[in-house]
Amino acid sequence: MDILLAIAVMALGAVVLGAALGFASIKFKVEGDPLVEKIEAILPQTQCGQCGYPGCKPYAEAIANGDEINKCPPGGMEGVQRLADLLGREVKPLDAEEKPKAVAIIDENTCIGCTLCIQACPVDAIVGAAKQMHTIISQQCTGCELCLPPCPVECISMEVITETIDTWKWKFPVVEIKAVPATGNDSKQQEAA
Amino acid sequence: MLMNLFKFKGGVKPPTNKTQSVGLPIAVAPLPSRLVVPLHQSIGGTPRPVVQAGDHVLKGQLIGEADGWISSAVHAPTSGTVLEVAMHVQPHPSGLDALCVVIEPDGKDEWIPREPVDYRSLSPEAVRERLQQAGVVGLGGAVFPTHGKLTASRTVPMEELVINGAECEPFITCDDLLMRERAEEVVRGVGIFRDLLQPKKVLIGIEDNKPEAVAAMQAAVKAVGEDFAVIAVPTLYPAGGAKQLIRVLTGKEVPASKRSTDLGVQCFNVATAYTAWRAIAHGEPVVSRLVTVTGNVGEPRNYDVLIGTPMDEVLALANPKADTDGIVMGGPMMGFLVPEATVPVVKATNCLIAHSPALFPPKPVEMPCIRCGSCAQACPHELQPFEMYWFSRAKNFGKTQEYHIFDCIECGCCSFVCPSRIPLVQYFRFAKSEIWAREREKKAADTAKDRFEFKQFREEREKAEKAEKLAKAAAAQAAKKAAEAAAAAATAESGVAAEAAAPEATPAPTVDAAQAAKKAAIEAAMARAKAQREAAQAKNTDNLTPDQQREVAAIEARRTTAGTPDAEKTE
Repeated sequence: MDILLAIAVMALGAVVLGAALGFASIKFKVEGDPLVEKIEAILPQTQCGQCGYPGCKPYAEAIANGDEINKCPPGGMEGVQRLADLLGREVKPLDAEEKPKAVAIIDENTCIGCTLCIQACPVDAIVGAAKQMHTIISQQCTGCELCLPPCPVECISMEVITETIDTWKWKFPVVEIKAVPATGNDSKQQEAA
Repeated sequence: MLMNLFKFKGGVKPPTNKTQSVGLPIAVAPLPSRLVVPLHQSIGGTPRPVVQAGDHVLKGQLIGEADGWISSAVHAPTSGTVLEVAMHVQPHPSGLDALCVVIEPDGKDEWIPREPVDYRSLSPEAVRERLQQAGVVGLGGAVFPTHGKLTASRTVPMEELVINGAECEPFITCDDLLMRERAEEVVRGVGIFRDLLQPKKVLIGIEDNKPEAVAAMQAAVKAVGEDFAVIAVPTLYPAGGAKQLIRVLTGKEVPASKRSTDLGVQCFNVATAYTAWRAIAHGEPVVSRLVTVTGNVGEPRNYDVLIGTPMDEVLALANPKADTDGIVMGGPMMGFLVPEATVPVVKATNCLIAHSPALFPPKPVEMPCIRCGSCAQACPHELQPFEMYWFSRAKNFGKTQEYHIFDCIECGCCSFVCPSRIPLVQYFRFAKSEIWAREREKKAADTAKDRFEFKQFREEREKAEKAEKLAKAAAAQAAKKAAEAAAAAATAESGVAAEAAAPEATPAPTVDAAQAAKKAAIEAAMARAKAQREAAQAKNTDNLTPDQQREVAAIEARRTTAGTPDAEKTE
């Protein structure tokens, strides 16, 4: 009799706790994968597909499922480092060459208005219409180079973004080691500020 | 006037070196050989150039139009010819170029027609608009457009208006001389600010190492009949920092990431008040400013210099000594060595110091931080520079923000007292600009992500719309076919009747009629396509002048030689 009571109590407990867990799993269901979101926040969102996936989000999902973290050239070594820190994986050298940030420029004299680049642009940064000249909104261009291959007249080129006064950054303060010229005084550079 | 003053924490007392340049009155610098006027001289949007090479401009004529509300206009500093609108090296630590208007003076120094107005007859909006059009910006160093600071907050009543004549940085005396010689106009300018902001009190703070300026200002306040309090504050660097001066005069401490206006205090520099008065009451835009020329020179002095004058020409007026090897813009604490001696004087240039190895010996090598805490004691913002230093050095920028690196005003007190001679401020500047760059990148990435997602959404929607359209068309087609079949059945029936009448003639005409209908439909479609094509063509090619026609023909010729398949379109 005692044993039956014990089984009944345990079974009741199991049912109650199971119901509570089941309720919680529905009530507090996490939409999407938080890890994917964290990874995606590190990826540079150029949507260039150089990783082999059609966009940054698919690659983030692939990383979460165990893909390599060194397939994003626009993110650079810094991106790899941050992904490694987030995921506790080892830092690997980048799969491809790291390029300076650039924007696409359309040579408007050569453009024939075929709209192929407009369709290729992942962020809708190209303005134009059929048989009308196209142009790129450089502020929106991510430099993904996806518009280069479809262009039939090769009128799109990549222009490296140069530093302006507004984007210039103070350098890490190091004492430069340089050869002292035989005459003249070159130490004034270090005197700034 | 007796008044209870407060103290800010920290601060240092570097040798002031001010007496050298106050001996002589302000001199007007002669016209330079050419003027290079940068368009971007204030915080905010870069003004758009409104002149081009070859234009003749008058003194005070608009050459750069303000772009947006937080932006300030730029004017020709003298009359002459615009040589070019081109990129030139800027007085900026980066040594990078920016767009400048280069003017060759004609020697006449001929003003535009100036219209003095009584600002009391204008609405506050009109006064602010005039200040923006006149290019009035904060001349204390931050060059923030002044009109942007002259709107009283709706939620916080304006308590105090603080006028900054402290001029705490060593070597610089331009505000001192301005207050000594042009005190009345400064006071009248302050009157404009007072009328726009309606504060309860106006406090003019001047460091007590400038007794002549204090006396001149007090006399001017009395002469104009205002009730401004002119207060001598203790000499302690950086008492001229806006938040420090507000603390000293009002006892209010501006919290981190808040503005003084949240506490009902607004602060302006004395030179800003002066230029505001000149702009409103004399119709003169900001085309010159006072510049202290000192350091390794024979005759240190303050000059009234036109904006855009090459710095080497200004320095030459004061007889620089032979061992001068550079120019520092600003003071020794916060200034920087300009990249080239020929860079122009801008609205932010308050002082030029001739640099020599004797005056500024090369900094000793940086030693390790010994955690003595001197920097924290010297910091006027009560920050912990040594902590921010560690994290900046380790590039742990999130942590530097936790230690409020953006409250750092880069005054240089910490570097000044550091026994290990660590260039702390340079580390903070590095960290700040890295954080800004990252924020820019993050913003760009977020926009790119949004746009990418929207494009995907749009493509999906278009696909769905197309599928729906196709389904509708297919349904219509099916319905049409059914109708045709019914019609055919009907004609067949009538045909049977006709056949009875003319058994041989009927079959051929039905086929003909069907073919003709098909042909007509095809022709109609072609005509529609043609019309559409014509509609898609450029419409601006009618009524061309012969010149334009020639140009078009030349372009077409280029196109054909380039071998683009666009030639058939233009035939």
